[in-house]
Amino acid sequence: MVEAYLRQSPLSQLALPSRIAAEHGNTGVTMAERQFRRIVNLRGNPKSEEFTKAVKSVLGADPPLMPNSVNTGKDITLLWLGPDEWWIITDADTAPVADKLREALAGQHAVVTDVGEGYTCIAASGASAADTLAKGCTLDFHDSVFAPGSCAQSDMAKAVVVFHRLEADKPSFEIYVRSSFAEYLWRWIENAAEEYGVAVTQ
Amino acid sequence: MLEINCPYCGPRFETEFSYGGEAHIERPKDSENLTDEQWGDYVFMNSNTKGVFLERWVHTSGCRRWFNVARDTVSYQILAVYETGAKPPKLDLRNDV
Ligand SMILES: [Zn+2]
Repeated sequence: MVEAYLRQSPLSQLALPSRIAAEHGNTGVTMAERQFRRIVNLRGNPKSEEFTKAVKSVLGADPPLMPNSVNTGKDITLLWLGPDEWWIITDADTAPVADKLREALAGQHAVVTDVGEGYTCIAASGASAADTLAKGCTLDFHDSVFAPGSCAQSDMAKAVVVFHRLEADKPSFEIYVRSSFAEYLWRWIENAAEEYGVAVTQ
Repeated sequence: MLEINCPYCGPRFETEFSYGGEAHIERPKDSENLTDEQWGDYVFMNSNTKGVFLERWVHTSGCRRWFNVARDTVSYQILAVYETGAKPPKLDLRNDV
């Protein structure tokens, strides 16, 4: 684990906390960084009952089997990445979760990879959030296609990303991007959102 | 731009995929006993079909899984998408090319 005093967001040089707006009534898009989200990558055979049982015993949730779907457990979110691959997202330390999973899956044809803080999470929401993201991505962001509570992997402005659309009244997306692309993607999205009015939030 | 129906993620734009050449080429079993010519044939020599071609694609920016596609190389129409390891579906082949 990173020493607390060394921990620094890949977006720290943008000084986002100093830009948090008190008022953002009419902006079409609000943006925020979800700092220090942590990820464990899980692979295994979902058709094996032994596998799904072991995963549920540790996470309290089944790995979602429907393409592009999301399940939530206690303090964790599970994203479907492929027919035998998931992301476990947490705000807590990943090592204890990864260790428990490895123990529960011992002897099985499965793999647990601690990705830690290798990705940065950018949140974009508001009435024009979908229009903004559509400028840089070929996915259809309409509610009827990209439903709230689902996820998808794609390219956003040529960076490889994972989208998680939250269940919320207004369009709300969390975008996971490799940390080395974080500043580029933040600036790209903020620039694309400018015409709708954009504000930084907590 | 092609729209390719990933068997796992659903329909996505071509830009999310990478091409893998001809499908159903079997790796020779006793590769250590092959001549350079036989190995070169396995590695490099794909057919260049005009018409329906069975080919491999990978969903690079999505689920990163390989799968097979039956595509008409004249019209670019995708006639079928099927999983790696599956037999190709029966298709009405064009006979005008
Ligand atoms: Zn896919």
